[in-house]
Amino acid sequence: MRRTRAAAASAVTVSLLAAVTACGGGSSADGGSNDSPKTLTYWASNQGPSIEADKKILTPELKKFEKQTGIKVKLEVVPWSDLLNRILAATTSGQGPDVLNIGNTWSASLQATGALLPWDAKNFGKIGGKDRFVESALGSAGEAGSDPAAVPLYSMAYALYYNKKMFEDAGISGPPATWDDLVADGKKISKDDKWALGAEGANLSENIHHVFVFAKQHGADFFDAEGKPDFTSDGAVAAVKQYVDLMGKDKVVAPGNAEYAQNQSLQDFAKDKTAMVLWQTAAATLKAHGMSDDEWGVAPVPVRSGTPGADTAVNSMVAGINMAVFKNTDNIDGAVKFVNFMTSVDEQTILNKTYGSIPPVKAAQQDPAFNTPALKVIRDTLAKSAAPLPQVANESQFETAVGTAVKELFADAAAGRPVTTASVKEKLDEAQQQMPKK
Amino acid sequence: MTVTAEPAVGKEAPPGATGPAPRRRTGRVRRIALPYLLLLPALLLELLVHLVPMVIGIVMSFKELTQFYIRDWGAAPWAGFDNYSLSVDFDAPIGKALLHSFFVTCAFTVLSVGLCWLLGTTAAVYMQENFRGRGFLRAVFLVPYALPVYAAVITWAFMFQRDNGLVNHVLHDQLGLTDSPSFWLIGDNSFVALLVVSVWKGWPFAFLIVMAGLQNIPKELYEAASIDGAGMLQQLRRITLPSLRPVNQVLVLVLFLWTFNDFNTPYVLFGKAAPEAADLISIHIYQSSFVTWNFGTGSAMSVLLLLFLLVVTGVYLVLTSRGRRAADV
Repeated sequence: MRRTRAAAASAVTVSLLAAVTACGGGSSADGGSNDSPKTLTYWASNQGPSIEADKKILTPELKKFEKQTGIKVKLEVVPWSDLLNRILAATTSGQGPDVLNIGNTWSASLQATGALLPWDAKNFGKIGGKDRFVESALGSAGEAGSDPAAVPLYSMAYALYYNKKMFEDAGISGPPATWDDLVADGKKISKDDKWALGAEGANLSENIHHVFVFAKQHGADFFDAEGKPDFTSDGAVAAVKQYVDLMGKDKVVAPGNAEYAQNQSLQDFAKDKTAMVLWQTAAATLKAHGMSDDEWGVAPVPVRSGTPGADTAVNSMVAGINMAVFKNTDNIDGAVKFVNFMTSVDEQTILNKTYGSIPPVKAAQQDPAFNTPALKVIRDTLAKSAAPLPQVANESQFETAVGTAVKELFADAAAGRPVTTASVKEKLDEAQQQMPKK
Repeated sequence: MTVTAEPAVGKEAPPGATGPAPRRRTGRVRRIALPYLLLLPALLLELLVHLVPMVIGIVMSFKELTQFYIRDWGAAPWAGFDNYSLSVDFDAPIGKALLHSFFVTCAFTVLSVGLCWLLGTTAAVYMQENFRGRGFLRAVFLVPYALPVYAAVITWAFMFQRDNGLVNHVLHDQLGLTDSPSFWLIGDNSFVALLVVSVWKGWPFAFLIVMAGLQNIPKELYEAASIDGAGMLQQLRRITLPSLRPVNQVLVLVLFLWTFNDFNTPYVLFGKAAPEAADLISIHIYQSSFVTWNFGTGSAMSVLLLLFLLVVTGVYLVLTSRGRRAADV
């Protein structure tokens, strides 16, 4: 009896051990080959309203590529929430797709794993050269000073979307140009269960994108020149506080937005509950929520009032999607051909038009479709006032650590707890100490 | 079949017969080896599926494993006990956060297991009575257990939304119990939200197991007790609970392990970064390894958690079996 019990106990123990320590191993294989020249696997990020919609959009284009080259592309559209984990798993096991999409802010972090094919002059030569691409988009394709780890595919930038009817009802003639204006306008709008500005307080990436811009406007960065985390500088603290204060102190953001993480603020905007949102290319989603194009307007994201100093006119991060090739692909020539195809002027025009983004390929930007008032604002932002997020190997960790700190500060603000310079600094300090030391 | 045939052959040999000794030895060897041979496939699979990753996990906890090495983790530099000392340095943010998460998990586990057991036992005891609709109620009680975890928890996440969720609609709009709609998915209330979902999801299992245990208690015991004048409460205390003891021993242990390691519920409810009040250790470790790409530290935290659970399980098994031995005497 006792032996049975001991056996049962050890069985429990073994499963337990396995459950808590299970992790994958890794293997390395350098460089790709051409062992399987007739097929490619492509992991596309979810760009459209749904995964099915993406498949519908991309499949005819992939057929075109197959017709041209005889290479069949197996498509898998991966939701954003899974993409980074899937890439990490593929990196660890060496069993990944041949070609994949990555969020451009992850470029340097993924570059550090050594799993992606570097785009040196030779590889760029095969897709028409580096000069075909917009400079700011290339700036978010890998660490400065090294060959990019990916090629820009779709570009986006933040803009201020405003609900024309709500502005009219509040007697406001046009979109605010500075944060002071936004707060002043916001106070006129924020009453009777209507709010001035939407936020996605529980979405870590969104939090990062916004506090990055605020930090730039305060003349600060979250990393120093050597790439070391510097989250607690006065500028960075002021930036985070200013963003959270929009809810806590200025009361122009609804407290409920503190738990938003699934683009609910766009729904509120379409339902005339929120007058403004800071968003990247929202047109397609607004349409899906039943809002016609003439019901909303687009303006550049506000900047600080007065003359805060040089290089403080940044009002967006360089947002976008890059295309990368897995280093150990079995079809390296085909993979490069596929990147060439997807970044051709024709495909860039078709795909960016469908997704409502801006082509990072200069020649494709000439198409009149990218000259609508909304896209013109985004194009100008990308050309003049957008900055890439820090292209450092620890970028991914920074998004989580600081993004979580902002999420918690929003939770405090929503609950009516004071958000002070000291409390912001404390949270950012905790975030910084969670960053890897090397 | 062979197992039973072999000893039979052995027994048929007349006592004292010299017989062919080598053949008898082969038979004995075969008899001894056979169970091990039969176990071998399962053992090999167990090694592959459980032990190998576990050993890898332990090795990883001694390495400085970040994004620079995940492609070839064997090449990562050794870190000695650095990952461990980082995890248990409770004055620094990483250790402090781990300790906080550990306490949250302990409180959560005690409450969740306690409530699951209480609800499950109460329902099972009441369901022993034969009444109309008993079968239907039993089936309804098992629904949460039968639903896919993801679907069930995401439904709860919708219900807990502050502005459009059913929970606030009932508590605030209809019953007027709160001054303003409460947050359930962020801030302090998130602990309550997590507990509610966990109990809702876990108690049907307790109900099922206790119900099965109750079937084994002879009815005569209750009849004799009621003849002796024992009331319902006394019967529960003197007959039901002691008879359920072996069942409860396993039930509580399994519930404890499942709840302490629960990852799905907090992940679906809160996403990658759980609120501080509901930062369960499983998701904390996930965040430490997979979100911040500090796989070495994450593995060290996993090993520490493993050691803790081993100690608790060991102590629990020793205590409960000692208790049972004493009861047997």
